[in-house]
Amino acid sequence: MVRFLISFERKGDAALGRVLLLAVIILLAPLLGLADEIPKSHAQPPSKSSVTQDIEVPAPPLTEGIFPCTACHDNKTLKPNANRRSLGMHDEVQLRHGPESRWCLDCHDMTDRNKLHLVSGERIEFTTSYLLCGQCHGDKFRDWRSGIHGKRTGRWDGKKQYLLCVHCHNPHAPRFQALQPMPKPKGPGDIKLRRGGAR
Amino acid sequence: MNPEKPLKPISECTPCASSDSRRLFLGTAAAAVAGALTGCGKLSMDEFLQHNFRELSKAEIQHVIARLEKEYQEKYGKAVQVGVDPALQGVIFGYALDLSRCIGCRRCVHACVKENNQSREPEVQWIRVLQMDKEEGVNIHHADPYYAPDRVPEEGHFYMPVQCQQCKKPPCVKVCPVGATWQEKDGIVVVDYNWCIGCRYCMAACPYGARHFNWGEPTLPVEELNTATHYLGNRPRQKGVVEKCTFCIQRTRKGLYPACVEICPTGSRKFGNLMDPKSEIRYVLENKRVFLFKEDLNTQPKFFYFYGV
Ligand code: HEC
Ligand code: HEC
Ligand code: HEC
Ligand code: HEC
Repeated sequence: MVRFLISFERKGDAALGRVLLLAVIILLAPLLGLADEIPKSHAQPPSKSSVTQDIEVPAPPLTEGIFPCTACHDNKTLKPNANRRSLGMHDEVQLRHGPESRWCLDCHDMTDRNKLHLVSGERIEFTTSYLLCGQCHGDKFRDWRSGIHGKRTGRWDGKKQYLLCVHCHNPHAPRFQALQPMPKPKGPGDIKLRRGGAR
Repeated sequence: MNPEKPLKPISECTPCASSDSRRLFLGTAAAAVAGALTGCGKLSMDEFLQHNFRELSKAEIQHVIARLEKEYQEKYGKAVQVGVDPALQGVIFGYALDLSRCIGCRRCVHACVKENNQSREPEVQWIRVLQMDKEEGVNIHHADPYYAPDRVPEEGHFYMPVQCQQCKKPPCVKVCPVGATWQEKDGIVVVDYNWCIGCRYCMAACPYGARHFNWGEPTLPVEELNTATHYLGNRPRQKGVVEKCTFCIQRTRKGLYPACVEICPTGSRKFGNLMDPKSEIRYVLENKRVFLFKEDLNTQPKFFYFYGV
């Protein structure tokens, strides 16, 4: 257990805080030290606890109109085709996910196109696509289930919403998309001096 | 927590008589004295005579809230609710930020400004995102808050948002000469804007640059005013007072996540009750590599940085 050993240098602190631009990284789980010093009155059984089953997952971000896939993939006029080829359809799907050998039907079900399937052959809905991802990304999946990877919104003490992996990662090219940053803060150069502005 | 009764700050403004004051019996004399001290006539008598928030009785709090809501209504032409939700039992808030996932998009900075009614001009922002070199690690000498490429993240960089670390031993609280800032039972360090005298000692004492001063009269567009406020949080501030992140006290004491957690597109921001062993925050502390910013100063932050990879 790591405790806070360094005593607080009060006197030099103000000056230090301004000038001291050195961050020292120490890897530790500081909770133990913290919890130890929490006054007893707070150490009662928490009245607020996060309830993991209280989670809503929003609908999968499928393109409008594309579901049900079986509208076209009816296995009659359009027969499933397991051959790797360049498709005359779905050209927005560019596979950039893991090994070259990966192909559509590793994830999409051959005969029921409305579903995905696991390695075991078990079919799953698009609403539970995280089970598919979890097969190969077990560590991320575990963190996701405990609310660490990915994102929970709603109540920290109750009902939450939870994003699917595919809300953030395009399953076909899962690298997280770069974003345009929002405006930077004003710097010293941007500050207009006004008469009597700072009193 | 603060044994001495804080000194009544001498405000720079004169009270003007307000007829509904319960304390009007003090009126003429106090107004004369106060009037003699300065002279800008912006404060009401009630405001001038208001005590430190921590010393107010329930009835006095109601009175203060009613006055504030009336003043905000007049100023913004909108009904503003000023809440006074106390700390929840058995709750100490903690925050964790995943440095391996933050991409520096600044969505949090701007969501915070909106949620917490920060002044747009002069610009006040409670979160500052530092772009750092991967080669240097967490090194403030290689930190740039003014990055502005077309797209983030940029190659070779990582991003470290900094806001109030809600220290367990907050140097800012220690140096406040009037007791206008203190730590609540749930760990949130708050400011009583009506008690703050604007000396800015707290800003000098804060090693994280997390406190901000209203150098000018704050401006915020009425249509963007967030009317769900807390006395110790996002209610509109006045010129001459210090403000800072409160973990969105107006949201989190109602069980909601802070605005920065809700907006983050990468899910890098985690928040919860440190006392709840099943909370996300406890999972982070128990399972991830965690560090404290400027740990050597022994401020004991309840804001943790971690590596989620
Ligand atoms: C790694 C597994 C995986 C592979 C490989 C894969 N997909 Fe997908 N695909 C998914 C998942 C998961 C979804 C569901 C996304 C969602 O919920 O929005 C999806 C969605 C789709 C969609 C609907 C997209 C939309 O616009 O809403 C189409 C079309 C599709 N895949 C076609 C293909 C084709 C064609 C291939 C092969 C070139 C392919 N997929 C390869 C996992 C995969
Ligand atoms: C508008 C009709 C249409 C819809 C709707 C549609 N597809 Fe397709 N899809 C096609 C056609 C046509 C092909 C064959 C293209 C080719 O062979 O060149 C195809 C090919 C595929 C393939 C390649 C494997 C194969 O069997 O040929 C996959 C995988 C696929 N679609 C997945 C999906 C998924 C998943 C959905 C629903 C989310 C979907 N499609 C919805 C028309 C459609
Ligand atoms: C069959 C195994 C498999 C499945 C199923 C799978 N992945 Fe992957 N994924 C991989 C491999 C292999 C890589 C490449 C790893 C590497 O480059 O180190 C990868 C890479 C990734 C990356 C990193 C991409 C990058 O460029 O940084 C993400 C994100 C990702 N996968 C997300 C997902 C999501 C979301 C799903 C579910 C829709 C999923 N994966 C399903 C095997 C899989
Ligand atoms: C809230 C958005 C979000 C959700 C939901 C999400 N991820 Fe991620 N994921 C990210 C971000 C952001 C990164 C880091 C990207 C970067 O470094 O550029 C990431 C990285 C990854 C990586 C690459 C890790 C590495 O070490 O390079 C994998 C694999 C991955 N995620 C899988 C998943 C899986 C599986 C799920 C669902 C169980 C999921 N993600 C859900 C945002 C998300």
